[in-house]
Amino acid sequence: MPGAIYAEGLVKTFGDVRALDGVDLDVPEGTVLGLLGPNGAGKTTAVRCLTTLLTPDSGKAVVAGIDVLKHPNEVRRSIGLSGQFAAVDEYLTGRENLQMVGQLYQMKAKAAKVRAAELLDRFHLTDAADRPSKTYSGGMRRRLDLAAALVVSPPVMFMDEPTTGLDPRNRLQLWEVIQELVAGGTTLLLTTQYLEEADHLAHDICVIDHGRVIARGTSDQLKAQTGGERVEVVVHEREHITTAAEVLAGFGKGEATVEQHTRKLTVPVSGGAKLLAEVIRELDVRGIEIDDIGLRRPTLDDVFISLTGHVAEEKVDENGAAAAAAQPRKRKKEAGK
Amino acid sequence: MSAVTQTPTRPLTPRPAGGPAQSARDSLVVAKRNLIRMSRIPEMVIFGLIQPIMFVVLFSYVFGGSMNIGGTTDSGVYREFLMAGIFAQTVTFATAGAGAGIADDMHKGLIDRFRSLPMARGAVLTGRTLADLVQTALTLLVLAIVALLVGWRIHEGIPKALGAFGLLLLLGYAFTWIGALIGLSVRTPEAATSGGLIWLFPVTFISNAFVDSSQMTPWLRHIADWNPFSATVQACRELFGNPGVSHSGAWPMQHSVWASLLWSVLIIVVFRTLSVRKYRNATA
Repeated sequence: MPGAIYAEGLVKTFGDVRALDGVDLDVPEGTVLGLLGPNGAGKTTAVRCLTTLLTPDSGKAVVAGIDVLKHPNEVRRSIGLSGQFAAVDEYLTGRENLQMVGQLYQMKAKAAKVRAAELLDRFHLTDAADRPSKTYSGGMRRRLDLAAALVVSPPVMFMDEPTTGLDPRNRLQLWEVIQELVAGGTTLLLTTQYLEEADHLAHDICVIDHGRVIARGTSDQLKAQTGGERVEVVVHEREHITTAAEVLAGFGKGEATVEQHTRKLTVPVSGGAKLLAEVIRELDVRGIEIDDIGLRRPTLDDVFISLTGHVAEEKVDENGAAAAAAQPRKRKKEAGK
Repeated sequence: MSAVTQTPTRPLTPRPAGGPAQSARDSLVVAKRNLIRMSRIPEMVIFGLIQPIMFVVLFSYVFGGSMNIGGTTDSGVYREFLMAGIFAQTVTFATAGAGAGIADDMHKGLIDRFRSLPMARGAVLTGRTLADLVQTALTLLVLAIVALLVGWRIHEGIPKALGAFGLLLLLGYAFTWIGALIGLSVRTPEAATSGGLIWLFPVTFISNAFVDSSQMTPWLRHIADWNPFSATVQACRELFGNPGVSHSGAWPMQHSVWASLLWSVLIIVVFRTLSVRKYRNATA
């Protein structure tokens, strides 16, 4: 029996861009699927197809046991969507926003009012409930947006990059809410660019790039697939980087990757703590001073790099300059962003 | 945030789905939302009022003395002639507001939110156009008072005058559906504002609104006579008993009330259909 969210061979093209190129998903009831990928990978398009906002060119989608293409309005009764941009009316108060959404979920006016008060209380927004949401901080707006998605306690939730742009404190708060939701039995599909987030929240992870699922499994499975441990060294002097790279290559199973500006070198190894001791001795013999050295398991970042050949997060700017540099293939901005 | 996630405290009691009743209910919920918004941005309403008042003053005092209406260049006559044109122009300018509002909702992701809810498909747009209708009515009321102050009068009795205001509101409502389609078709609220305005200038000027169209060159006069906008202006002049009623033989000028009604209903049917279809597939 298919899960609470099920997709088979979803294809969506915009002009000559294949935003989704045959995506299969299966999320068992009560679990979280992390849909991971860089900007423009097709994450938002996938969410839009599953939430009835876009009609896929081909493929099949079933959400909460209902065929998305055949009965979109029934699907809408069973889902909550929290988008990348907090979609609340900024001139309406928090309370008015939630009441409106409740009524549009076809609740009676009175029931919508009671439910709004309840959610405001639970999301610590009661003090600000009667202020226009324009005056809210980013974190408060995000909480209000999430509250709006939870008005009818839908069995299936979609969150499109719920923590993008939030400060660490608000991010942690939102993570807590999400964990509670799932503990309560909600099925959740979460898209994110943050590997840490997927690692923390998701039971299963789908890595998506160029509209295709390129890997899937639990966080541990993906890491295991990428290979074993790595030795990470931060050298004290910049001119020692080249020598250190030679040393590491001698111990490692492959080339050392170098981050020039942080003077950090990483190499995949097998041999554990004993090998680490040997590396330290050898560096010492060569007279290379080190600031930090350690043995670590691969992160999802390593997984992503080994799968796609580029990093998942863009650190330079939001306008795609970094994305363009990091991603060799040209693609149009995904519709719906 | 302990109890956020517990199962709902009461089961959702869905009301009977679909049908015109749900459509009306959802539209009213959205209309209420837009009216609350307007009340929180009073400067928008105020600018909407200043503009037509400015037109009244500019046209009547700058053009007033040099316009020949029904064989006289008396500026008092022109002011009475002008008002039906200004009323009609004012209601059509609601187009731009509707377009900008809908484009803004798309831009901010609100349309996505609405489209993911189990609500009637046309309700977001109908609610918006209904709220604009309320604003248009308010603007007309203030404008009518200003018009009375500059010498405009009703000569055919209150019922006919109310009929004229009814035709004006219907025309304004029809034009907000054109605005809705523009708002759904452009990428930014700014584009919707300018895109919603520019085409209104030829529509309102190639008409009988500000000048006597019988003095235009023949081809332009034909356009003016068949312009949906002209029909409403002509109907208003007849119903208010204002000077400068066109004696053109064109059908819409001879049967202006019917022509005004038919044009408005036709615009609503066509543009509502197109807009709702566009909304179903809207992507920001």
